[in-house]
Amino acid sequence: MNDVAIIGVGLHPFGRFGDKSAMEMGAEAIQAALADAGAEWGDIQFGFGGSYELSNPDAVTGLVGLTGIPFTDVFNACATAASSLEQAADTIRLGKYDIGIAVGMDKHPRGAFIADPRQLGLPKWYGENGQYLTTKFFGMKINRYMHEHGISKQTLARVAAKNYRNGSLNPNAFRRSPIPEDEILDSPMLNYPLTQYMFCAPDEGAAAVVMCRAEIAHRYTPNPVYLRSTAIRTRRYGAYEVHATWAAVDEDVSPTVYAARAAFEGAGVGPDEVDVIQLQDTDAGAEVIHMAESGFCADGEQEKLIADGATEIDGPMPVNTDGGLIANGEPIGASGLRQVHELVLQLRGRAGDRQVGGNPKVGYAQVYGAPGTAAASILST
Amino acid sequence: MARALAPEVSTWPDDDVQLVGSRCDDCGATTWPRQPRCPRCSRTNMSDLLLPRRGTVVSWTTQEFPPSPDYAGGNFEPFAFGLVQLGDDVRVEARLTERDPDRLSFGMDVELTMIPFYVDEDGEEVVTVAFAPA
Repeated sequence: MNDVAIIGVGLHPFGRFGDKSAMEMGAEAIQAALADAGAEWGDIQFGFGGSYELSNPDAVTGLVGLTGIPFTDVFNACATAASSLEQAADTIRLGKYDIGIAVGMDKHPRGAFIADPRQLGLPKWYGENGQYLTTKFFGMKINRYMHEHGISKQTLARVAAKNYRNGSLNPNAFRRSPIPEDEILDSPMLNYPLTQYMFCAPDEGAAAVVMCRAEIAHRYTPNPVYLRSTAIRTRRYGAYEVHATWAAVDEDVSPTVYAARAAFEGAGVGPDEVDVIQLQDTDAGAEVIHMAESGFCADGEQEKLIADGATEIDGPMPVNTDGGLIANGEPIGASGLRQVHELVLQLRGRAGDRQVGGNPKVGYAQVYGAPGTAAASILST
Repeated sequence: MARALAPEVSTWPDDDVQLVGSRCDDCGATTWPRQPRCPRCSRTNMSDLLLPRRGTVVSWTTQEFPPSPDYAGGNFEPFAFGLVQLGDDVRVEARLTERDPDRLSFGMDVELTMIPFYVDEDGEEVVTVAFAPA
């Protein structure tokens, strides 16, 4: 199996962009990633493209070059971008091609995602009854977690405030103004205990990552970042996940736990060796929970860690240095690739005002979404 | 006249209504509502199972905004959701009749009830599953 190097990353800012199409944003992200890699579209031998709103993200080739390459569309809800990344990486790992691209782009309308519950194998009444929305699940999950593990509402506010603050240092973020903890706590309650400012919003944006077989990376850059491992896991019997009418009494842990373990095993590193972290902060509670599910701390330790600033840019375990989903919003197809974009900048020492000190060498990214699918990826210099 | 939003998920309009789930004859895994294949062992030996009326709240949250465009409840009034454990059988996600966070607690006892949900265009009342503090 080949090693995989990331030689270029590109991003279209996240936010709202009027009439600009998701496809156009995807094309710009691709151009930026190619420029970053010092490569041309003609060098790209294959692509994987992810989107929720676009049925055919592969049509972006019409905007960047109709070279006839294999280009497959990927959709895996909030794990879409990590899935594009994995498919692209595995194509190189398994020796089919030497150099390819993963791209994601989306342009969601305001408000929650709108669809028919039957598309997830749920009955029509699930939506009629008011159960078909993701925020309810996150409210239930963090509410119970706080009760069982001693996490306070202040901690939720601290996490959101951190991400807004980090977003203010990120010119590509959607929400770029710091918001004080009090204002976060006092914003309208959506699903107890989560208030409006504790949640991310669906929005627009694109991201792309150019990868190649590690042996040829020197043709493009003297400092490649290696994609050591990726792992996707779906929910097991016993896990209570988003969009469900029932859960087993006999509990099992969430797919993030399994994805993280597999990624760490695949990379041959442990959580204590990670220098910079990207977690799915669908809401502030999810970031807290994903810290433990990913293996960075035990349940309940987050309360003190966060109060002590451990997850700040200058802390020992920086989380979501670019503001995460809370500051960037979530265009599903692109979100996980934005995480990789930020990790690559950090590991190159090129994250500017957001740069984590101490010469970071290992990065970790995690995504999670309906109907209970998680992905974890590990990068290193 | 009245009808249930989801007639197949409970024994309503029977007195002492119960939820109708399914249990795998081979491995005992239980679902609600019923489904033909076991989500644990994958076999097709699921039998209908009437679930206990009483349970305990494993987790809960409130719903403070209109949840989705297909929400049938008319003019939106906030409510609460619970994940309720029924016996040792299964945990079900359903509305709770109590929506005040100060009056909801983890582990509280609740009992199944059917509540009026909305009146349809033919003037028929539609009821839905809920759990009330017991």
